[in-house]
Amino acid sequence: MKCSEFLHELTNYLDGMIDDRTRAELEDHLAWCHNCYVVCDTTKKTIEIYRDSKLYELPEDLRTRLRTAIVSKCQARKKAGPEHA
Amino acid sequence: MNAIQAKIGEPPVSDELALVQAAKEGDVGAFEELVRRYDRNVFRIAQHITQNREDAEDVVQDAFLKAYGNLNQFQGQSKFYTWLVRIAVNEALMKLRRRRPERTVSLDEDVKTEEDSLPREVADWGPNPEQQYSQAELGEILTRTIQGLPASFRTVFVLRDVEGLSTEETASALDLSIPAVKSRLLRARLQLRERLSRYFQRRPGADGTKHESGDGTQ
Repeated sequence: MKCSEFLHELTNYLDGMIDDRTRAELEDHLAWCHNCYVVCDTTKKTIEIYRDSKLYELPEDLRTRLRTAIVSKCQARKKAGPEHA
Repeated sequence: MNAIQAKIGEPPVSDELALVQAAKEGDVGAFEELVRRYDRNVFRIAQHITQNREDAEDVVQDAFLKAYGNLNQFQGQSKFYTWLVRIAVNEALMKLRRRRPERTVSLDEDVKTEEDSLPREVADWGPNPEQQYSQAELGEILTRTIQGLPASFRTVFVLRDVEGLSTEETASALDLSIPAVKSRLLRARLQLRERLSRYFQRRPGADGTKHESGDGTQ
């Protein structure tokens, strides 16, 4: 297996969406190709860092304000009748 | 190496369908519960796409109101959340287009060829790279890095890897084919990895080992 073939399957590999035979081929490649091992490992870390990050958390006060606005507009539409919904 | 695990447990679908049904029948309280369930996700997605806090606030309101007004269109073939994400992504892209009229923003944009995503820099990272930085610095690095991706890659990455939608759900929410989602996801992941390497690669002497730069793929 070439590095380009490994990279082509990287997403499926990280997502666990490959058959056993392809997995074995990929892991055989990983065992001897240090570069692909590093790319695979650091790509996995990239995903985990973003997944665990607290980027763009919705602050509780803003959350309440937005929800109140949404609910009051929904109620106004309901009162106005279905033709305005 | 183990496969990446999904982050969030999903609420029971039957319970959710009951809430949607109640909301369809005019129960605003039931709809409010759906808002509570997904407002954080919609806000995060919207801010990732628009890269603007005020726009993201507008998107949260507009997306939920549009969903409320069109509840009868929701037939339950997909999950409510996937349907809602589809609405939110469209609202967010409209905001982005309005703000950057000079650039056409499309989920169909195919900015680079696959070869351009091949790693150029193959340097290993330190053991806990994110701990080299304060929370604020890390937030700044992650934000700047993901903002550098084209909108089409950023959106796929956020839905798949941050929000934990499946490939099929992401394809459905974005109206893309499954191969298109996979191709964008691979490129987004590789480009983010490459850009983060500038910050996270093992520093020479930091742990007594000498840094050696990789020589690319074979």
